[in-house]
Amino acid sequence: MNELPQQLVNGLLLGSMYGLVAIGYTMVYGIVQLINFAHGEIFMVGGFGALTVYLYALPDGTSMVIALPLMILGGVIASVLVAVGAERFAYRPLRGAPRLAPLITAIGLSLALQQAVWAWYPDARSAITFPHIDGGPFEIGGVTIQTGDIFLIIAAPLSMAILAYFVMKTRTGRGMQATAQDPDTAKLMGINTDRIIVVAFALGAAFAAVGAVAYGLKYGEVQFRMGFILGLKAFTAAVLGGIGNIYGAMLGGLVLGVAESLSTAYIADIPGMDQFGSQSWANVWAFVLLILVLLFRPQGLLGERVADRA
Amino acid sequence: MRQRSLIAITAALAAGALTLTACGSRDEGGSGDSSGGGTTVVIGVDAPLTGDLSALGLGIKNSVDLAAKTANKDKYVEGVTFKVEALDDQAQPSSGQQNASTFVSKDEVLGVVGPLNSSVGESMQKVLDDAKLVQVSPANTGPGLTQGADWQTKKVRPYKAYFRTATTDAIQGPFAAQYVYNDAKKKKVFVIDDKKTYGAGLAATFTDEFKKLGGKIVGTEHIDPDTKDFSTVATKVKNSGADVVYYGGEYPQAGPLGKQIKAAGAKIPLVGGDGIYDPTFIQLAGKDSTGDLATSVGAPVEDLPSAKEFVAKYKEAGYKEAYGAYGGYSYDSAWAIIEAVKKVVEDNDGKLPDDARAKVTETMQNVSFDGVTGKVSFDEFGDTTNKQLTVYSVEGGEWKPVKSGTYTG
Repeated sequence: MNELPQQLVNGLLLGSMYGLVAIGYTMVYGIVQLINFAHGEIFMVGGFGALTVYLYALPDGTSMVIALPLMILGGVIASVLVAVGAERFAYRPLRGAPRLAPLITAIGLSLALQQAVWAWYPDARSAITFPHIDGGPFEIGGVTIQTGDIFLIIAAPLSMAILAYFVMKTRTGRGMQATAQDPDTAKLMGINTDRIIVVAFALGAAFAAVGAVAYGLKYGEVQFRMGFILGLKAFTAAVLGGIGNIYGAMLGGLVLGVAESLSTAYIADIPGMDQFGSQSWANVWAFVLLILVLLFRPQGLLGERVADRA
Repeated sequence: MRQRSLIAITAALAAGALTLTACGSRDEGGSGDSSGGGTTVVIGVDAPLTGDLSALGLGIKNSVDLAAKTANKDKYVEGVTFKVEALDDQAQPSSGQQNASTFVSKDEVLGVVGPLNSSVGESMQKVLDDAKLVQVSPANTGPGLTQGADWQTKKVRPYKAYFRTATTDAIQGPFAAQYVYNDAKKKKVFVIDDKKTYGAGLAATFTDEFKKLGGKIVGTEHIDPDTKDFSTVATKVKNSGADVVYYGGEYPQAGPLGKQIKAAGAKIPLVGGDGIYDPTFIQLAGKDSTGDLATSVGAPVEDLPSAKEFVAKYKEAGYKEAYGAYGGYSYDSAWAIIEAVKKVVEDNDGKLPDDARAKVTETMQNVSFDGVTGKVSFDEFGDTTNKQLTVYSVEGGEWKPVKSGTYTG
């Protein structure tokens, strides 16, 4: 049987999740040139927020049809609160400081958030089971799709569409574009840049929370370290796609996910390469791809050369 | 210019972060009874008390604690009170080594029980051996730990202070292969491991024996233990036509892996070693895990007449966590140290000698007693002489023993 369609779907699903998280990196970077390394943990907090709703706010046995939207809401609220709080108390005081200061702050914040969940969330010291959707799996033309993945298939493009509409059509969205292009001029034009920055953090966090719910449904568990590696991959995806570009984030995620799954599936079949083909090598191949892309397109796949910002 | 500096930061941070797992080690003070006067002897425990593998680690800690409390209550060693000090290694070799140094620096520590992971064991051995501080692991199964790196051709014991009550992978892997081939009648296996000392060793010994018996290896794969996405591997397993999967590794990955393989449409059992023999595996693998198999060291603790007392006492002591896969072995490991201390004290007119550590290590070689898991004694490599193994199967959401036996090459 031909394995390719299934492996492509596996990669695209993984990539959609990277993409959802990558949006947060790219939006914040686009507007304040900050690599928010705590974003992976904001993603993780979203997963725990959703879990909290399911475990403590809803009666046992609530149907997932009702529970899921509330869980997403809970996750989004948790993520947005943490992200906005981080912006207000950790990043805003450092806005005038050299670029490295907020970067280190972000790394510190990331560790602090991990440890906070580890210490204070009940039973979070090892993985906690996440609720799952019954039914499935579905077979479509030889490709198996899990029930948990259906959510991702719907949520990822929908989130992208909502984001595109918001950025292109709404007043706040256009304000974001203006701030990204030139914060000082935007301010002169009467845009409240402080508010725009908060909105960018909040939006990124909301999409990360959706990604976290997808993660929980897909893998059936959440744990306090889940944001670490995934955040790193999402950041890679954002760079790959062209950091600062929201479509680039999603595209970068998809390319990265597919690269990982295809390298796991096929590199071992190349004669003499079976040493380097297993899943433990997937990260290596993903980064080889990243380096190649950046060599030929330093601005990333969809990034634009921004001459006035060099 | 901005882009270029960004690339540099990306590369540096990504490379650094991928190898770094962001965890410090935390001390959790063990609790021991401080009743009675005289000398205090501390038994150190090194195990993962937090993180993915904490279910097993806490079982180890509690069981050692129980052994110390029992010895104190019965005044087993006249004039000596045992205390337990547990350190968390988070399953990281670097933390394990730090903990080993901590134990060495405390004069009252006369023995260490642990660790859980073979890779952590490797990092601790030399530190403890240099200090002649005896170490008894209830769970390390990597053959190289006692028989040297070239254990397949030439057995040489690397460290005289290292002992274990667990059976090695050299026996566990082949035992599983025999069961899978002869009893479960599976002939085509897909072998997966996590590239760690334990997982890769187990997978290798399984593979050798399975081939020898006439079985076919239809695929091999090494997973990345940091990820939870095994869908690609699951698809490969499905398309390989395997009728069984052997996984060398531990339950935090084995659970999701088994779940995703079955979800991908390959309704075949997953077989693993003692690293997946834990209730958490079933929880993570979901209801499809019925029929999955695990081998574990020794006979089922619940079925051994010698273990009845241990199980009862453990319940009575009211520990929050289950004793887990290694509870009985941990109790026996701690008790071996207590026995050795007793012998040393008795030979020295009821007092601890000045070179107590070296004496305890020396004495350990000849310790022999009836423990929770059967007769406890050590061979010339420091391995247990008890070579019993058991196959367990998931039924009705629980591990049920299927077959016990000893592996005979």
